[in-house]
Amino acid sequence: MYSRKEVLSNLLNDDLLSQCIHCGLCLSVCPTYVTTNLERSSPRGRLRLIKEYADDKNKLGNIFEDEMDFCLGCRACETACPAGVKYDVLHNETKYLLSKDKKVNLKKILIKFFLNKILANPSNLKLYSRILRTYQQSWFRKMLHSSNILKNISSKLFLIDELTPQISKISSDEIIDEITLPISKHIHNVTFHVGCIMNVGFAEINLDTIEVLKKSSCKITTPKNQYCCGALHAHNGELKKAKELAKNNIDLFRNYEYEYLISNSAGCGTFMKEYYELLKDDKDYLKSAEIFSSKIRDISEFIYDNDIKFNSGKFNDSVTYHDACHLVHGQGIFEQPRQIINDICDKNFREMHNSTFCCGSAGIYNILRQNDSQIFLDQKMQNIIKTNADVVITGNPGCIMQLRYGVKKNNLNLKVKHTVSFINEQKGI
Amino acid sequence: MDKKIKSKLREIVGNNNYFDSNEDKLTYSYDATPLYNQLPGAILFPDNDEQISKIVKLANTENFNIVPRGAGTGLSGGSIPVENSIALVMTKWNNILEIDPVNLTVTVQPGVITENLQNEVEKLNLFYPPDPGSSSVCTIGGNIANNAGGLRGLKYGVTKNYVMGVEMVLPNGDLLKTGGKNVKDTAGYNLKDFIVGSEGTLGIITKATLKLIHKPKSFSTVISFFNSMNDCSKTIFDIFNSDLTPAMMEFIDNTTLKCIEEYAKLGLPKNAEAVLLFEFDGREEEVKEDTLTIEKILSNNNSISVSTAKNLFEANRLKSARRSAFSALARVKPTTILEDATVPRSAFPMLLEIVNKAANKNNILFGNFGHAGDGNLHPTCLTDEREKQEIYKAHKAFDYIFNETIKLGGTITGEHGTGLSKKEFLVNVAGIPGVEMMKKIKSVIDENNILNPGKIFTTSPRCEGILPFNKNQIKPFNV
Repeated sequence: MYSRKEVLSNLLNDDLLSQCIHCGLCLSVCPTYVTTNLERSSPRGRLRLIKEYADDKNKLGNIFEDEMDFCLGCRACETACPAGVKYDVLHNETKYLLSKDKKVNLKKILIKFFLNKILANPSNLKLYSRILRTYQQSWFRKMLHSSNILKNISSKLFLIDELTPQISKISSDEIIDEITLPISKHIHNVTFHVGCIMNVGFAEINLDTIEVLKKSSCKITTPKNQYCCGALHAHNGELKKAKELAKNNIDLFRNYEYEYLISNSAGCGTFMKEYYELLKDDKDYLKSAEIFSSKIRDISEFIYDNDIKFNSGKFNDSVTYHDACHLVHGQGIFEQPRQIINDICDKNFREMHNSTFCCGSAGIYNILRQNDSQIFLDQKMQNIIKTNADVVITGNPGCIMQLRYGVKKNNLNLKVKHTVSFINEQKGI
Repeated sequence: MDKKIKSKLREIVGNNNYFDSNEDKLTYSYDATPLYNQLPGAILFPDNDEQISKIVKLANTENFNIVPRGAGTGLSGGSIPVENSIALVMTKWNNILEIDPVNLTVTVQPGVITENLQNEVEKLNLFYPPDPGSSSVCTIGGNIANNAGGLRGLKYGVTKNYVMGVEMVLPNGDLLKTGGKNVKDTAGYNLKDFIVGSEGTLGIITKATLKLIHKPKSFSTVISFFNSMNDCSKTIFDIFNSDLTPAMMEFIDNTTLKCIEEYAKLGLPKNAEAVLLFEFDGREEEVKEDTLTIEKILSNNNSISVSTAKNLFEANRLKSARRSAFSALARVKPTTILEDATVPRSAFPMLLEIVNKAANKNNILFGNFGHAGDGNLHPTCLTDEREKQEIYKAHKAFDYIFNETIKLGGTITGEHGTGLSKKEFLVNVAGIPGVEMMKKIKSVIDENNILNPGKIFTTSPRCEGILPFNKNQIKPFNV
């Protein structure tokens, strides 16, 4: 057992903390600060509090913990920060330390169970997904909803039910072959990370990804029995489990030869790109983590970088694009999906106001902090509605779930699509 | 701070607008100024003029101080709390009340963010020129209180040139309304000009009417790079001797350039010794002509690379990269002490030499950037506040820079204000009669010295109160 001091000597590094010069350029891009107007809900405010926490002055209480949870982890502040402060690292480390300090409660046990026993274990995930699908398809759920019983028992449970992805009939890794050959020329060797939520909840997006990669001259290797990337664990105080999962993934993909490892989930992509940061103190894995991370590409990034074109003949729908936080802020991917969409929809693209603001999904934030999450969703939906677009495109499963709920909530006639599904729908590529 | 006073304050603004947890106090103990911080007793978000008036009156009777605050992006410590004070935060006053395109004015609440104001008036083809580096965050109230400048100072002036009317709650609780939409107004003392730059020491601004101009039809942004400082200085002189009036003429040195490039990733040549960034605006033919002239001057002076932004997107990327300069410098060292030395523009190259001398003499690192067009340089000391010796060296370097700046006919601050960080130098530039006059004005308007006391200058003697009996009781001054 390490003492708190020893843990601190590795985490919450003073050099990292001192990098913030509290200039305040992060304030106007921070969704929580813009909403509350309180410094403690701003990145520089939170960093000041983390510094105090690291100094162990013991003056911080519930408000501090609540602020750490209130933060969406959207990393908009990192995009805005000229000084290059690694906010996300400090935030995750603080949440980890807090989770060790905190008393155990039912909510915490449930989260831990979900993260460590379900998400982190592929066969359990499939098992629970099947149970969930059985429920989702059942008369029981229909009855719960049509009779408003669920809403009456607990509005929270109702929202959780609404926000849970519709589990696919079969998970995508059961359909996708281990090796998929390109349609025509063979130029790239890639591997594909199926993700966990994507795999069971959005199997069709994974299939679309394979289709698009096939058309992009790729030989695709999709290893069986993949692991969750660990992002959700790291963001919710389970840093140890996250490291374990990272090592599992590195070991698995080590067995294959490939140029790029393709991800279609912004959160997973970002996290895997930063494995080298996560494992910086692990001598055995640092080198291989660096290699692993350097090969990660988001699907839109891959298409853009390799100048692969998907032209469509005619296109009538108008389209807008919501920047998933972990694409735009986590990986700096802004131009790439816009270029791809623009090529396809030919001047029917409409930029929304504050497209780079978080939709409130933020991993499992929309489950853990439902009321706050709805505030950000409402702001996002207003901005989408103002564009009058027929389709909103985004690059992350969490955002898709959240926006689909927003569409339902506002009774809109609006389609929510993943970039890769939008591409794959175009005929004659 | 006394519990009874706190509960009275809470009563005035209501539970939702009153904060005094440790977390809140900590996060309102700073602004963007390095090295200074102090906890406030409480943080208040007033809703209306009456509430502010009540708070001010209570401060007079109960003997506590009020520090007004906008977004907290100030660089001279103007909004850092003082002892026994409350932070009065105006960020929720963020409504644009009226845009009057006929009289060319805009009336706003003080918490409106400068960039939001600019965007709104530009929709109507109007233009609000002052644009401080932090324009995406800072508020109009703070801009007025500090007479903020920005990148367009040379052609368009600074905040004071655009303030037409101000409403503010005075230190006795009265509401002062001065100025308005009249272009000409000689009724009595020109109070509004006197409020601009008062740094929250004379009142709390609650409303402002600002002058607008028509938005220029055409813009051209040019960036140029030099291999030697001499070539850059010569270019600056040549421009001063030409008939060009760039809307913007920004200087960036090599250290700053490297940091900016690392952040913005624009593909700028990192090895260049100096950069000049220009913007011309006006009618299309005029802008074209000016762009040609500048390109000629640049090539005559051995500029190694010149490029003109092809579109608005490119131009904005260049300008926002320049705006990030101060914060980007923190990539080198964790503490960036940014100063604001300003000279008549002809002496700008001399000022650069002075900073280099100060850096070499004290063996300390500086990054320089600034507004070459109006003589306003930001020599930024790159240091680490965790090391005492480093900070001592920085202060020595700045002493030298300020003294030499004043010898050149310059001033200690061009656009950031005096606040806490420059008040010890004020007398050198304003003179004893000047400072005495300021103090007298302050003591007449704010009899009990409750509004942002200790900023700009100190009105009360340092050893006020009970005499100390041992060393520990003596508080370090302004640290």
